[in-house]
Amino acid sequence: MTEEIIIAGFGGQGVLSMGKILAYSGVMQNKEVSWMPSYGPEMRGGTANVTVIISDERISSPILHEYDTAIILNQQSLDKFEHSVKTGGLLIYDPNGITRLPERTDINIYSIEAAEMAGKLGLSRVFNMIVLGGFLKLKPIVDMEYIHKGLEKSLPARHHVMIPENEKAIETGKTLITPVLVLS
Amino acid sequence: MAEFKTNPEILQPENLVYKRTNLLTEKALSYCPGCGHGTAHRIIMEVIEEMGIQSETIGVAPVGCSVLAYEFMNIDIQQAAHGRAPAVATAIKRLFPEKFVFTYQGDGDLAAIGTAETIHACNRGENMTIFFINNGIYGMTGGQMAPTTLPGMKSSTSPYGRDIQTMGNPLKMTELVATLPGTIYVTRQAVHTPSAVRKAKRAVRKAFENQKLNKGLSFVEIVSNCNSGWKMNPLQSNEWMVENMFPFYPIGDIKVNEEK
Amino acid sequence: MKELRLMKGNEAFAEAVIRAGADGYFGYPITPQSEVMEYLMAQKTHERTGMVTLQAESEIAAINMVYGGAGCGKRVLTSSSSPGMSLKQEGISYIAGAELPCLLLNVVRGGPGLGTIQPSQSDYFQSTKGGGHGDYRLIVLAPSSVQEMADFAGLGFELAFKYRNPVLVLSDGAIGQMMEKVELDVQQPRFTDEEIRKNTPWATIGKTPDRDHNIITSLDLESIKMEQHNQKLQEKYRLIEENEVRYEKIGCEDAEYAFVAYGTSARICQKAIELARAEGIKVGLMRPITLFPFPKKILNDMTSRVKGILCVEMSAGQMIEDVKLAVEGRIKVEHFGRYGGIVHSPSEIVEALKKQIIGG
Ligand SMILES: Cc1ncc(C[n+]2csc(CCOP(=O)(O)OP(=O)(O)O)c2C)c(N)n1
Ligand code: SF4
Ligand SMILES: [Mg+2]
Repeated sequence: MTEEIIIAGFGGQGVLSMGKILAYSGVMQNKEVSWMPSYGPEMRGGTANVTVIISDERISSPILHEYDTAIILNQQSLDKFEHSVKTGGLLIYDPNGITRLPERTDINIYSIEAAEMAGKLGLSRVFNMIVLGGFLKLKPIVDMEYIHKGLEKSLPARHHVMIPENEKAIETGKTLITPVLVLS
Repeated sequence: MAEFKTNPEILQPENLVYKRTNLLTEKALSYCPGCGHGTAHRIIMEVIEEMGIQSETIGVAPVGCSVLAYEFMNIDIQQAAHGRAPAVATAIKRLFPEKFVFTYQGDGDLAAIGTAETIHACNRGENMTIFFINNGIYGMTGGQMAPTTLPGMKSSTSPYGRDIQTMGNPLKMTELVATLPGTIYVTRQAVHTPSAVRKAKRAVRKAFENQKLNKGLSFVEIVSNCNSGWKMNPLQSNEWMVENMFPFYPIGDIKVNEEK
Repeated sequence: MKELRLMKGNEAFAEAVIRAGADGYFGYPITPQSEVMEYLMAQKTHERTGMVTLQAESEIAAINMVYGGAGCGKRVLTSSSSPGMSLKQEGISYIAGAELPCLLLNVVRGGPGLGTIQPSQSDYFQSTKGGGHGDYRLIVLAPSSVQEMADFAGLGFELAFKYRNPVLVLSDGAIGQMMEKVELDVQQPRFTDEEIRKNTPWATIGKTPDRDHNIITSLDLESIKMEQHNQKLQEKYRLIEENEVRYEKIGCEDAEYAFVAYGTSARICQKAIELARAEGIKVGLMRPITLFPFPKKILNDMTSRVKGILCVEMSAGQMIEDVKLAVEGRIKVEHFGRYGGIVHSPSEIVEALKKQIIGG
């Protein structure tokens, strides 16, 4: 198994930390992982993205130009990465972040109303965990027990009280993910 | 060459009035006769000897005429790149806080190319000593203008005299570092007469003793001559220094162990 | 017991230097390597191991602090990125001339000038051919993973003290910024004053009556002595070339063609190999781990089996000069570069292989 993922959105949406939790969970499940962020002024106020690879084998390149999965949280990122999804791959988006729907017809497309749900729950900080839940529902590449360990490892100790809340958000995300286009 | 024979009478211990400190090596000084560098070396080494801290002292030599200070000073010593001695000394002192650490630098080294290192070491309050030999000129490279060259003073790169309109003003580095909270003791001395030497030596001692207090950097300027660069004989150069350098660079303490 | 963590390359390096028993870090912020000092400061190294971490006023001051610390026999280091490394070159030349051991890290970004903050490999010449003035060499280690960022901290200090020579870890923005799994060594003790006295008797730590005064300098006004000093340096570099060549070969057993690449581009070449082999092209990778000493002989030996070499560098073609020298014209060697902060895509590497080597 090798899963090559791009997560992209605005800085502040928790893009990098979602990637880090996923990657750390992979580490805990004894998988090979890499986490390659965009960095520098590119990130200031603008878009942030991170490439996460989780694999059973040694990872060759941490920098990719096409992906199995793209998790898209704003319009700029959709414009930038829609065409980098491999044929037959997966694109997940939050409709609240975009103004134009994806156009590809050769990939699987799902939407997730994560921002809306986070707003409803009054927990904007778990927005990214809702999205992660949606992804894990479709591609359960790491088990929930390791996600728990990943959360423990990637959150500073003083935030450990928030782990149950994060796990709940992941479960919520699993129920929210909605097919838009599913290839047969 | 004529052979000189010393009269054995004179070598009797009871006739001894002055002796080279053991902390100067037996190498002949490479300085021009009459140059203040040699005296400055001597008093620093005498103080280290008198304090009995040879085994705890690490020096840093500059680039300039005194680049070879490491040949003459019989202590463990590093030779730094031009202007960087305060940075080199900073690391030594940080890594060996209990040792006595000093730099010995000329005015080109300290006040031109090494301005940043000087000011920042002073401002951080590194608990070490900087000896600053200000002769108003680049001695080593053949008498070019230094940041400390006086207005109107001639040098090989200001052959018609320093024109402050186009060449800028002389930099009073010592007054400048005295304004920084990191310096504990800032003084300006000279070594052209025996009484000046005695005073300068007391300043050197105080600067070393300050290192035990852990309260900041001690900065000792020694206004000195460069008879070769100034194109004078040693006597003339000392007179010229008294008449011209001292009014601009007045001798005396500028900041003394202020309570912080 | 080794400890497993997920870390950025820069952080892994910083953690590894603490564990390697470093005594002092001196640096100046510059993207994409500022995490090194940030991490050390956050770790309160002085409380943790007694290690000094100091933010200097410039890269020039930082490298001269390294000179001072290294002259005292301590394990000291600095890190920077390309523009800062240019400023350090004077100090590095002095360190090499005075034969002081120290560790340097360059997390390379694109140049020339202020360039870009994105990853690049355009400092190869500067790193491997001297960089500053005079005839000197650094030992240059090129990590291609976060694990190697950590491993080369300890290895770097070891080689630096073994040869009394500065060791440069030549990384790039991608490896510095990315996170991977890393196994960390256990904490090594810092040198005691006794060990310094014994293992580095040349160090300036205070003249005692039982020995002459120690002098750290790179100066000798007598040319004949300076020539002898240079000869001694050259002998040392030859010894390093004999003993310290490190490289990795991937998929070379049956290869008809080879990529030669280091660092990040070596990682991308591994993906390119997967793609090419899926198309039936037998290509492998020779990854130099030491850029000085360069694995010349290994490359020369490869010419009896492979038909052509594609040098893949994030530069306009620098390492290729060493590859060509090693190959001695026996087989075709071509360069494929992206630069200015652009990283190759694996598929364009495969295309370049087809066009420049197989078809050409
Ligand atoms: C980087 C660099 N630039 C220039 C020089 C040449 N240089 C050697 S000594 C010196 C000036 C020294 O003047 P000062 O510090 O006043 O010392 P003095 O000889 O007067 O005692 C210069 C410019 C050098 N060695 N290194
Ligand atoms: S050139 Fe000037 S500073 Fe240098 S040794 Fe001669 S008199 Fe002294
Ligand atoms: Mg001078």
